Amino acid sequence: MRSEIEISEKQPSAEVVLRLRGITKVFGSLVANDDISLELKSGEVLALLGENGAGKTTLMNIIFGHYVADSGSIEVFGSSIQQGSPHVAIELGIGMVHQHFTLADNLSVLDNVMLGTEPLWSLYSNRRAGRQKLEQLGERFGLQVNPNERVAELSIGERQRVEILKALYRNAQILILDEPTAVLTPQETETFFETLKKLVSGGLSLIFISHKMQEVLAISDRVAVLRDGRLVSELKTAGASETELAQAMVGRNIELPERKALKAGEPVLKLKSVTVRAEDGRSALSSLSLDIRAREIVGIAGVSGNGQTTVADLISGLVEPQSGTLELHGEVVNNFTPRNMLRKKVGRIPEDRHSQGVIGDMTLAENIVSESYQEPQFSSYGWQNHLNRQRFAENVVSKFDVRGYSANSPVRLLSGGNMQKLILGRVLSGNPQLILANQPGRGLDVGAVAYVHEQLLAARANGAAILLISEDLEELLKISDRIAVIHRGRLSESFPRESISIAQLGLLMTGQQKTPTTNNQSTEADAS
Amino acid sequence: MRLEPRTRVPFALVIFAPVAAIVASFVLCAGLVAWSGASIFEAYGLLLKGALGSGFALSETFARATPLIFTGLAAAVAFKSRFWNIGAEGQLYAGALIITVLGTGMLDLHPGLMIPILVITSAVAGALMLLGPVLLKIHFGVDEVVTTLLLNFIVLLLVSLLLEGPLKDPMGLGWPQAEPVTEAAELPRLFRGLRLHSGLLLALLFSLIIWIVSIRTTLGYEMRAVGFNQKAARFAGMPVKSVMIKTALISGGIAGIAGFSEVAGMKGNLTLDLSPGFGYTGIVVAMLAQLHPLGVIISAAFVASIFVGADAMSRSAGVPSYIADVMVSVSLLCMLVSVLLVRFRIRWS
Repeated sequence: MRSEIEISEKQPSAEVVLRLRGITKVFGSLVANDDISLELKSGEVLALLGENGAGKTTLMNIIFGHYVADSGSIEVFGSSIQQGSPHVAIELGIGMVHQHFTLADNLSVLDNVMLGTEPLWSLYSNRRAGRQKLEQLGERFGLQVNPNERVAELSIGERQRVEILKALYRNAQILILDEPTAVLTPQETETFFETLKKLVSGGLSLIFISHKMQEVLAISDRVAVLRDGRLVSELKTAGASETELAQAMVGRNIELPERKALKAGEPVLKLKSVTVRAEDGRSALSSLSLDIRAREIVGIAGVSGNGQTTVADLISGLVEPQSGTLELHGEVVNNFTPRNMLRKKVGRIPEDRHSQGVIGDMTLAENIVSESYQEPQFSSYGWQNHLNRQRFAENVVSKFDVRGYSANSPVRLLSGGNMQKLILGRVLSGNPQLILANQPGRGLDVGAVAYVHEQLLAARANGAAILLISEDLEELLKISDRIAVIHRGRLSESFPRESISIAQLGLLMTGQQKTPTTNNQSTEADAS
Repeated sequence: MRLEPRTRVPFALVIFAPVAAIVASFVLCAGLVAWSGASIFEAYGLLLKGALGSGFALSETFARATPLIFTGLAAAVAFKSRFWNIGAEGQLYAGALIITVLGTGMLDLHPGLMIPILVITSAVAGALMLLGPVLLKIHFGVDEVVTTLLLNFIVLLLVSLLLEGPLKDPMGLGWPQAEPVTEAAELPRLFRGLRLHSGLLLALLFSLIIWIVSIRTTLGYEMRAVGFNQKAARFAGMPVKSVMIKTALISGGIAGIAGFSEVAGMKGNLTLDLSPGFGYTGIVVAMLAQLHPLGVIISAAFVASIFVGADAMSRSAGVPSYIADVMVSVSLLCMLVSVLLVRFRIRWS
């Protein structure tokens, strides 16, 4: 007996723990998964790479029993399983950490972990045994969390640990992690990768879902690439290159736009110790100062919820500061309304396309003029000039390559990328001198992101000043000239892109370091 | 069972769905008719005949539809911008009240001048009824459903007070009713001997105007934008608050004209039973029409014909006329289901 166990531990790669055969799933006219066959071997990290909408999450939801595949079968540890029941999946040792956490904020860590593991009608809850098991697991895998703490009090990284512990507590052997790093800072990501290594050496097999190629290269043993619901490539991570993976993921060559050095011009936007009170669930800004010059992109990095939305609302004219001033071209702005900001040639690309950027039930044309419908070319004596609107809209649609629908179709039918192109078209056709781009690449595929970046860089070359707010460090580093970090409503000074590293940004994002080395400050002084 | 959004909606389905909804509601109500002891086909035949079967029936139906077009339009305009005006009943009485004050002798003008003035004043009275609720909503977030609904009772009690006091008709044999409006203030009948009056033409005209405003004007554009997505409208720099106020004033104004039309065209004087709930039925009319200004005409005619037809049916077949309320409600539910099924398809899995 003993020797058998040792043998199986020595050759983990031989055993297939999870096997998918011909999984197909169709939603309406969308083929989310098309005949996917895949194997997960014991003790390996399999990365599932693909763009938004490639079918990664659908596939994992089928494995975990949230969906039933239209055809195909799943085998776990050699025996095929009945689909459509998370219960069965959990009993067989499959655990899933969802992209959006499934924790009850008002319960303690222990309660969250134990929830659902005990019989419903049992009067007695064995909390002591539960606590013991949780602590043991935490120690074994380096996932320390205080079992008594309420989940609401935990940081995002800690919550993720609780999610993993939840799966381990249910004796998961196969762990599915859906975009686990999306919410983490660079430092938290590193710690998280350490955890994954411990899990693997502890005998677990992992499926790591991601669309970030660098992470996939860093952590996985094998990569499976999904595109449009099909498995297009399966390869060993060792020896794979980023370009190779990117091409497999996108299926064509993407020309990534390049930021060329430009000499920045006059200051366009000046924020001088702007303070905004917190209200309506909005985070506060305290004494925020920032200058942006013409032909310059300034990025604001930060973990979500540290005041980025408030900065965006301020520039958009949705909130006004309690103290401090906002100057545009040297003139102090006193009237904080969207209309006044538009009048002052501020273009705004909002964070949430669907709820703020467009009116889904109105047509492309109506949305394209939604910021300019009052101008004389569209409105005279209270009547809307349909002909001019139509002509203008068709021009924007073709110039900004909005595809799929005519100018008279409702906007809600557009894909995310085309919706963003429409918003870009609306913003840029107003010839803005300051552009606020809030998460412009979020949720878009690689091609659309490249397009958005290209347009922003073109606007920069034309003399616009651009404020880029993003939670994606790669995006920030790709097109920003300077980067500042926001943490708890305070903005760090800005650093030239060339003199700041991801690690430094990460530290600033968690508020651990007030200023990087003096070396950087002097280079910034040189640059300005 | 799941609902899946349709990616393409066939045009035939859009036309077919409301018809199917009406047919379904008749089928569903057949049980009630049978329960009351009448033959289903005979009863429905009487209903149809009573509503549409003669010149008199048609006149009655459209006379009944006239106030419903106004109140339905009032609800449609407001609801389209997500302003929930439940107070058309009160606005109707406010309009009726003001023209009773002006039209029973205070103003003595040529009809060509008198009628436009009364239309405008009744609209102003109705609009003013909504000014309070809309300002409270905008500035303090007070729910307009509560304020507009409660104002209905306040106005009705005010009318009651005035009809028992200063406005009481001395020739009214003690009934709580106002003096009849003067001849110059009367809306002319459309056909000799029938009650159908030119208020209907006014109602049709307003439906047309509202439709054109909605699709062609800058205000209409803003109203639709605010209704569909207020957050995005605000972000785009639209004057959301002023659009809300304008919407409320238009909605209240149209409901006020319904009061004028009923007094000057139908009843001749203001009584406490001027409106058997036209304001509330208007909401049903608007929903049946899916808030379309021209659709309101058709749905008002439909609802009116059910009410008028059911009266006839109850007289001849002994089916209680309350069946009309059931049928209108059932048809509304069927219509809502059909709207859902136009946008989504059912998947059995």
